[in-house]
Amino acid sequence: MNRITLNNVTKVFNQGRPNEYAAVRGVSLTIEPNRVTCLKGPSGSGKSTLLSMIGCLSRPTSGRILLGEQMISGLPERFLTDIRRHTFGFIFQQFNLISGLSVLENVILPAYPLAPDHRTLMKSAHELLERFELGHKAESPVQWLSGGEAQRAAICRALINDPQILIADEPTANLDTKLSHAFMGQIAQLRKLGKTILITSHDPVVFDSPVVDSVVELQDGAVLQEAVDAA
Amino acid sequence: MNFIRRQRYLVDYIISSMLRRKGKNLGLMLVYSLIVFMLASVMLFTHALKQEVGLLLHSSPEIILQRMVAGRHDFIPASYLEKMGRIRGVTSRKGRLWGYLYDPSVKANYTLMVSDEQALAATEVIIGSAIARARGVVPGDYISFRSFDGETYSFQIKSLLDHETELVSADLVLLNSKAYHALFGMPEGVYTDIVLSVSNLREVPKIAEKLSQRLPDTRPILKQEILRTYDAIFSWRQGILFVLLAGAIMAFVIFAWDKASGLSAEEKREIGILKSIGWETSDVLHMKFWEGALLSLLSFFIGYLLAYLHVFYASASLFEPVLKGWAVLYPQFQLSPSVDGLQVATLFFFTVFPYVVATIIPIWQVAVTDPDAVMR
Repeated sequence: MNRITLNNVTKVFNQGRPNEYAAVRGVSLTIEPNRVTCLKGPSGSGKSTLLSMIGCLSRPTSGRILLGEQMISGLPERFLTDIRRHTFGFIFQQFNLISGLSVLENVILPAYPLAPDHRTLMKSAHELLERFELGHKAESPVQWLSGGEAQRAAICRALINDPQILIADEPTANLDTKLSHAFMGQIAQLRKLGKTILITSHDPVVFDSPVVDSVVELQDGAVLQEAVDAA
Repeated sequence: MNFIRRQRYLVDYIISSMLRRKGKNLGLMLVYSLIVFMLASVMLFTHALKQEVGLLLHSSPEIILQRMVAGRHDFIPASYLEKMGRIRGVTSRKGRLWGYLYDPSVKANYTLMVSDEQALAATEVIIGSAIARARGVVPGDYISFRSFDGETYSFQIKSLLDHETELVSADLVLLNSKAYHALFGMPEGVYTDIVLSVSNLREVPKIAEKLSQRLPDTRPILKQEILRTYDAIFSWRQGILFVLLAGAIMAFVIFAWDKASGLSAEEKREIGILKSIGWETSDVLHMKFWEGALLSLLSFFIGYLLAYLHVFYASASLFEPVLKGWAVLYPQFQLSPSVDGLQVATLFFFTVFPYVVATIIPIWQVAVTDPDAVMR
């Protein structure tokens, strides 16, 4: 299992233009494997930007990000994509399911570029849907799902390639308290399976949850309080 | 194996994606097919007509000899058959009698020709199908023609000319030599022209040269020249139609460009999602390539198939007045199906290729953006 290490990471948007803006400034931290880490902070604190850099969705302007011993911050897009699809699973704030497609089609979408055997893929997809109580909704279009169901479908999609690390950006922002607690229950299940989970949130249901092992508080793009052990 | 499986996954996704945007894609396919249908109809029809003319003229004489007086076509004396002497390579020679007759009742010109092979009586004629249709007559009925001196002669219709040769025989009337002379008041001992058959085609130019030398007041017309003229006429007509269709083609180009290249916010978001869940830029491009290729290939085949049916089974009813000719009596005939590979390739290149390129470029612009856009 790989540890994630950030070394003086900075991300500047619109560099060199009048509207230049530093979303993340000199962040250094270590995310331990097989643990649930929460990046906490108000809107604009740089949580999502940091998460996108860790998840190989974007590259830092300066600083280094290491996945185990491998430095991933300077890799070209092709390699980043390869790491992303094998190592990370994503759950987005808006769920980002593709409407018009069925739940099953959405879930198997990340596997298409890897072209696994179709039968094996369908089997894993159905197992995942059953585990998250969505088996009966497999053929339903995603736009018919409730908020909680859409969230679970997004989790299934994040897990289809069996990633080692799961990244969730504000996962409870569109859920009520009951569904948020249910979501944390699902995170607990995933931790038991040995996944490393990284969540950004400013929802107390998330960062105060006993499931979360450590909380990193961010403010104005910098770490305010480092790796407080919640457990 | 993995590559093929990957393409299959992409095609799967494309089909479901196209079905999600049924309205847009069906509209695009309809317009696309219509354009291919129109262009292919003109191309197939022109090509088939040229083939048809070529086949029909295949059995016609290699050289037609006309006498010229003051630069105009005049009757040729029968004595010229002797006067030209023996020419090596000429297998047969004979004088022909033919002319045009205007029929005011249907406002059309007929071509009257003396036929020795048909053994017609002086009161019998064989007519082309278009005349029979225009005058509403059938074999056994009588048809009247007004002669040069105002007399009216009635002829019994012995039969109709073969339907297969209608392209050139639509307005033809075959009659006896005596009847011909009576109708046109032509003196005996002259022909309209002389036709010569030559078995070795390579000898045709040499024979034509000898004829010009021996009979300096005549003009030899070669079959090859007639074929070339027909070719030029039909190509010219095809060109005129293409110019007329240019407006429609331009409208299609604008429509296709707009539909294909203009990515909606929803499509842009979809590409962002695909990238964030692990699709590479090349996967997105592959997928969109398949989308463009499937749509344009399908439209191309539908358009071409409809054009084929239109031309060969519905007699190209949409374009026939422009393409068939200037005659008042339009021939009705079934063209023999004939497809030119080069024409198909040209049409394919000018429709499918630009469409696929037009779809790929804007997708590429979106696909290279950072996948974290969906998180912002």
